[in-house]
This record gives sequence, C-alpha cells and structure tokens, in this order.
Amino acid sequence: MRAPASLWLCLGLPALPLEALGLGETPGASVLSTGGHDPRVLMGNRAACALGIIPGMRTGAAHALGSLEVHTRCESAERAALHALAAWCGQFTSFVSLAFPDGLLLEVGKSLSLFGGIEAIRRSIRTGVAALGYQPILAIAPTPLGAIFFVRACQESCLTDLRQLRGPLGRLPLEVLGVDEGVAEALVGLGLRDLGDYLRLPRDGMARRFGPDVVSRLDRALGRQPDPRVPFEPPARFERVLDLPHEVYDTEALQFAARRLLLELTGFLRARGAGTRLLVFGLVHRDRRESTFRLELVEPSRDPEHLGQLLQIRLERLNLPEPIRALKLMVDELCPQDGISLALLPGAKARAQSIAFLERLRARLGAEAVRGLGLVPDHRPEAAWYLCPPGEASALSDRRRRPLWLLAEPRVLVVQKGRPLLRGPLELIGRGERIEGGWWDGRPIARDYFIARNPAGSRYWVFREIEGDRRWFVHGIFD
Amino acid sequence: MGLETVLRDPRVWRFGEVPATGTETVPTGFAELDALLPGRGWPVGALTEILAECEGIGVLRLVMPALARLCRSERWLAWIAPPHIPYAPALAAHGVDLTRVLMIGPVEGPAERFWAVEQSLRAGACSAVLAWLPHADWRGLRRLQLAAEAGQSCGLVFRPLAAHREASPAALRLVLEPSGSRTAVRIIKCRSGAGAKPLTLDLPGPDL
Repeated sequence: MRAPASLWLCLGLPALPLEALGLGETPGASVLSTGGHDPRVLMGNRAACALGIIPGMRTGAAHALGSLEVHTRCESAERAALHALAAWCGQFTSFVSLAFPDGLLLEVGKSLSLFGGIEAIRRSIRTGVAALGYQPILAIAPTPLGAIFFVRACQESCLTDLRQLRGPLGRLPLEVLGVDEGVAEALVGLGLRDLGDYLRLPRDGMARRFGPDVVSRLDRALGRQPDPRVPFEPPARFERVLDLPHEVYDTEALQFAARRLLLELTGFLRARGAGTRLLVFGLVHRDRRESTFRLELVEPSRDPEHLGQLLQIRLERLNLPEPIRALKLMVDELCPQDGISLALLPGAKARAQSIAFLERLRARLGAEAVRGLGLVPDHRPEAAWYLCPPGEASALSDRRRRPLWLLAEPRVLVVQKGRPLLRGPLELIGRGERIEGGWWDGRPIARDYFIARNPAGSRYWVFREIEGDRRWFVHGIFD
Repeated sequence: MGLETVLRDPRVWRFGEVPATGTETVPTGFAELDALLPGRGWPVGALTEILAECEGIGVLRLVMPALARLCRSERWLAWIAPPHIPYAPALAAHGVDLTRVLMIGPVEGPAERFWAVEQSLRAGACSAVLAWLPHADWRGLRRLQLAAEAGQSCGLVFRPLAAHREASPAALRLVLEPSGSRTAVRIIKCRSGAGAKPLTLDLPGPDL
C-alpha cells in the first residue's frame, strides 16, 4: 500500500495580536495601537470594526467614533499563544510546525483515516480553535507554502491533488508571496496582477532579475522543490499564563479564561496520550504575591467537561484577596492514558460516575474531607479505627461488643452516690470488659468498660479508670 | 380515567392495606416492620426521615441490616458529617463492608452540609446516604427527595423528634422511642401505606 500523500493544513490567525490578549470577542470596542508620538490603529476587534474603525487610522480619530479601549501589542503573548496552540494541535497530527508570525502548519495526510476524512478533521480543528478564542483561517493544500498562500489570501481552499494546484494558485494576488516591498513593486511594475501572470513568464529571466528566492518560493508552493519544515517540539510540561483583558474581581469572571486554559491543557494532554492528576492554578495579582490553588483528581483525566466542572466547584469557594490580572495553569506530571474512554468498558460507567462524584466532593470540601473507614488490630478502642482513602481494604474486626458511635474524646462523667450520671444515673448492664494496652507507643490505657443505660433508655459505652483517680468516662453510644 | 387506574396510582392512599408499589425498596431486616411498609422495605430513590428525641435507643441499629445489604452493590454508603465517629469495628460486626463506606466531613456550616447531601443523593454513586439535618425545611427536603429519585439512592435523614410537627416531603417518616429495653417504631407517614400502627421492635443489642 502506498503511504498517504502529504497534505498540509495551514491555520492562519489574522487576529492573533488581539486574541492573544483576550480581546478578540470582547463586547466592547478594543484596538491595538502602534504607540509612539503619532499612534495609529494597528487592528481592531469586531466591535471596533462595527464603529467604522480601520487599521492605519489615528487613534485620536478612532476615539471620536465611539467608546474605545486602546491596548498595546504584546509580541511575547502572541508567541506564547502560538506555541500553546501548536502543542494543542498535536492531537491531530504528529507533525506541527510554526509558520511565523501568526500561523501553524499541520501535516494532516496521515491523520485523515483516523479522524474520518478531510472535512471531519477540518471541522474538528476549526471548532476546537474557535473554542479556544481564535478566529482561524484554514486552508489545505498538498504543499506547505501553497497552504500558506491560500491563508494569506484569506481563501479557505481545500485542494488535495498536486496536479490541480496550479490553476487556483495562479489566481492568488502577488501579495501572498510575502516578498520585500521593493520586489513587490517591481513585479507590479512589470504589469503582473496575480501569480498566474508571474508563472507565465520565463523562469530563468525572473531568477536573474529578482534573485533565486522569489522563484524558489513558487517552486516550493507548486511542489517542484522540496520544502522541509522544522517540527514543533512540544514542552514536557504544561505551563501557560493567560493575561486577562481587565482586572477581575470575582471568580465568576474567571470562568472564561479558565475554560480556555483547560481546553488548551486537554488538547496538550490528548496530543501526548496522557492525562493528569494534579492541576496547579496561579492567580497573578497587581501588588500581592501570586496565590495558588490545586485541583487534585482521584484518577487521571483529560476530559475538559469533567475538569471544568471540578474547577467551577473550586472557584465558587475561592475568596479573592485582590483583583486578578492573569491566570496561570501548571501541570507537571503527566500520566499515560490511552485513548479508550473508561466509560466504554463494561462496568466502568458506574466506576467513572463514582470517581467523578468523589472528585466533585474533593474539589469543594477538600481532599481531607472525603475519606474511607478502616480497622486497625489494636485493643485500644480509639486506636482500632482510622480514616483511610475511600475504598481501601483494611484489617479484620475482632467482632466484640462495640458501640456504633464512638465519641471523638472520652467525656468525664459526674458521679453521684457512687453512680456515674449521664442524663440521670447510669445503670450498668452485664459484666465489664477490661482493656489495657498501648505501653509500646506511649499512650497506655487501663480501663474497665461497661454497657450502661440511663433512665430514658439510652445506652452508652462507659469506662472506669483502673488506676489513678478511678474516674468514669463515656466513650461511645449504642445507637 | 377509570377508578382502577386512579387507585393504582401510587400517590393514592388506601386505608388499611399496604399495596405493593412500583418503587424499589430494600428490606429493613425486621419482618414486622417490612410488613407495615409499602414495598416491604426502605424506599430506594426516596427520602426516609427517622426522628428520635434521645440518642442511644437504636436509630442506627434500625438501619444496619439494610446498610449491610446495600454494601453488596458497588456504590458508596455515604455518611455526611455524622454527630460522632461511626465506629468501624461495630459497623463491621453489623455486616457493613467498610470498603464501601464513605465518610464526608467536616463541612463548614449548614449550606455546605446540604450541598454534600444533595450531591451524594443525586450522583448515582451512593446506594445510601446518611445525613443529620436538624434544621432542614420543606423546600430543602423536597430538593433532597428529588435528588434521591434522580440518583436512585436510599436517603436516610436523621432529625430530632420536634421535627415531626413540620410537614415533610419525605416518602417515609418514622418516630423512634424507647420502650423498656426495646424500641418503639411509629410510622407517621408513608406513601400509599397503612395507618399509624405502632410497633415495638427488638433491635439487635450490643450483645450480638
């Protein structure tokens, strides 16, 4: 069988500078400005475009068109966003490459059968990327540069056959070449309108006149020349900081950023065939030190719905000491987790339900508030049990007369006319049981235990010290 | 709608007899008590309220046989913020499989407690949920009743005797009182059930 032909999907992010700052879909108008003494609009979000604001306009003029927020471009945020997205894309293909400054290349030819065809994979990527807060342009072509050219022309083409590439490529404008301004002007000076015009000219002459680079670009785009790409190496751990467009005062407003981080994380985990058990969130404040909180899971997961639910429970309980400027998510430990969902295995649906339940409780009440109950072979009543992880098996019981309730601490009883009192004088039933022990760990006891009943009919487990003051205590309730 | 149809509706009470209901139940382990209960046991997927004034008269022993039976499923027996420590050796002696026991707590305040109870009832991951709710109101209990239905869980709510004066949406309400060395059980409400015939039970004592 022939290996599937290479097929390149270029994912272009024309609005990346805005989206990296979380401004892409904000309801208010926002623009990025060039800064300097004559600041101009670099680009505006949808709301800004609706006001009639266009790139190149003076920001002063833009202000006159409506209420507007002006932000400064942050290239490091753009780079971080692109890298995070590249790691996320690893779930669709083993080969992702950065196409700076605002695009990614994915070799999808080998993934088609796995994802159910070209339309399905394109749809999955588009929906996933949109959920992360980006408005992508997707084009598919048999060559990487071909795909990039279509994206630059804002054409969402899907071409799979190298032989049919030349026609559509020829109709693209010259700007997609991405050559220097001087070269571009010279080409226009020759009377060329699109790549087709260029391709009709003699190749050697063009190379002599404009240098080998321009010719090579078209050769690579058409698949006449190899075009090796550098694979993107995803980091070993997940760490991402998301700057919030505005300072956030309540946890509810964090939900959106948190959801985006979780989606990035789960894509990253899927790409690595892994899940995680521990998520550490950091809240970056203006003046205070960063505060953190953790989300611990019983079983590794990479299900965004499940993690989102747990996070929401956790966020509802969180008090913010100060407004938040950025949200951070760190995952250090990845646990191998194959693609089979637990829920598909027989009997596993109930198990998954049970684990999800435990995790919801732990997220809200804390891990130490969700425990199992275990037995310890120790004579001392207070040492004969312990709190263990839920579901853990422990020692066997000696099955002697014991009350169903044990008091956290034995409570001393008042004695009247020689009889201990507990809502009335206690009447001892049956013979006592002497319990001694504990000399080995420094907490020795020596007691005579009795079952006792008060006038109301309540039955208690009481003891009298064998040594010292010979005081009476109640230690349990036979309920 | 014919009369027969109306009478078969589980919401209709028929005095003096205990018709079998469609709801699932778990035997209480006490034949005399089962005989008085619709479905011959504790209702599953519903709330049962157990009211008692004093401790130490057998409230827990009353539910132990059912808990031991419910442990045979894979689901949890959730104890939510109990007033004392459920003593593991005694639970094991009553036949409870400790690996199914889930201790939830401490919880901060009534709202947190209520949340944990509702979650546990609704999750479908607990065969029984034991909760101590001295101050629950009708609306809160109604939510818990619905949660128990959704999660097919046996909700056991322990409350002081004074609560019997308040209306309750629980499917079953019992009052426990000491009666010599035995315990008197009075059914004050049950779905499509019998009248309030009091019953005195010998609960397995400490000498089991």
